[in-house]
Amino acid sequence: MNNKIPVFVGALFLVVIAASTFVVGLSVGKKSDLQPGTPAPTLADAKPLPPVTIVPGPGDQQIDAIRRGAPIDQEIPPPAMAKVENTDVKRNRAYPMQPPTIPHSIDNYQVDLNSNRCLLCHARANADKFQAPPVSVTHYMDRDDQFLATISPRRYFCNQCHVVQTDAKPLVANTFKDIDTVLSNEREKAN
Amino acid sequence: MWQRISAWPPVRWLLSMWDVMRRPGVHYSLGFLTLGGFIAGVAFWGAFNTGLEATNTEAFCTSCHEMRDNVFEELKTTIHYTNRSGVRATCPDCHVPHAWPDKIARKMQASKEVWAKVFGTVNTREKFVDHRLVLAEHEWARLKANDSLECRNCHSFNSMDLTRQSPRAAQIHKMWLGTGEKTCIDCHKGIAHHLPNMRDIPQG
Repeated sequence: MNNKIPVFVGALFLVVIAASTFVVGLSVGKKSDLQPGTPAPTLADAKPLPPVTIVPGPGDQQIDAIRRGAPIDQEIPPPAMAKVENTDVKRNRAYPMQPPTIPHSIDNYQVDLNSNRCLLCHARANADKFQAPPVSVTHYMDRDDQFLATISPRRYFCNQCHVVQTDAKPLVANTFKDIDTVLSNEREKAN
Repeated sequence: MWQRISAWPPVRWLLSMWDVMRRPGVHYSLGFLTLGGFIAGVAFWGAFNTGLEATNTEAFCTSCHEMRDNVFEELKTTIHYTNRSGVRATCPDCHVPHAWPDKIARKMQASKEVWAKVFGTVNTREKFVDHRLVLAEHEWARLKANDSLECRNCHSFNSMDLTRQSPRAAQIHKMWLGTGEKTCIDCHKGIAHHLPNMRDIPQG
């Protein structure tokens, strides 16, 4: 029973630690205690919270999209839902390999194991009926660039790359310049 | 020969009923019989039609878990359940013809659905998903055959303002619906419920 002694020492050590913590806490707490006779603070004594200034629009300085600058203990009305652009006008691509954005709304389009609503119009076989741009040949290629008879499984879920655009204002400014702008700027500099 | 047939008990009973039916009344007055018959007719028809209409409500359809937990849940996310103007379609708006003879024909077909309910053909989610293609094909066939009548009860092509549609929708509607080459259900499958596996099923 040699290990009885270390256990006893350990227990004693713990008790000493606990007792000293208690004593320290008691003395520190007493110092900051309210003076006797002072009434305990009530809810009415609490200072009114400063009025909140809410930045509802795009925060140029802050990107707090969820709380929009509101204090953590306050709830502010949610911003209006952004509307999906449904103009059917094709947009430019910002860079050559950018997946084109969807120029129409896709509410409730079922894209799953059973069905792909996008391909109703954008499949190669149906593009003439609906005058929709058929998905590009790359979507029929596997990762080794071998052509498949049908849409490649890795290209099946359209929304992984192609998204709708809304009228929401950007949360942060964007200084992206496409390659044509960069090249023309370079040429101007050289001249 | 006739004697042998008429001796057969069901036929004999029918013949005796025929005798009763063609005999003039002896105990009741003509007035009682006609007025009583009229009132009984009104009561019968009222009860029949009320019962029929009671089965033509969403509350009735969703009183079974097969409908409530599967198709009704799916409907709730679509524009036919909730939308900006609050006009919505209930189950019978799309699934039961509105004209009376067609409605009765559909209700007679629906007796098979009572059979399915009694024997639990789709009483679990798995069974329902397995049957979804068959069930959907029935509805597609019905809407194809009646030129999407239940859609057109609300969505009339003549009342569609194509200028208020997106250019793509207007163009396609004019090209296919306007020419009568296609009907609503050809393109708009799965607008109110999820689709089954659509492999090899022509769409559009």
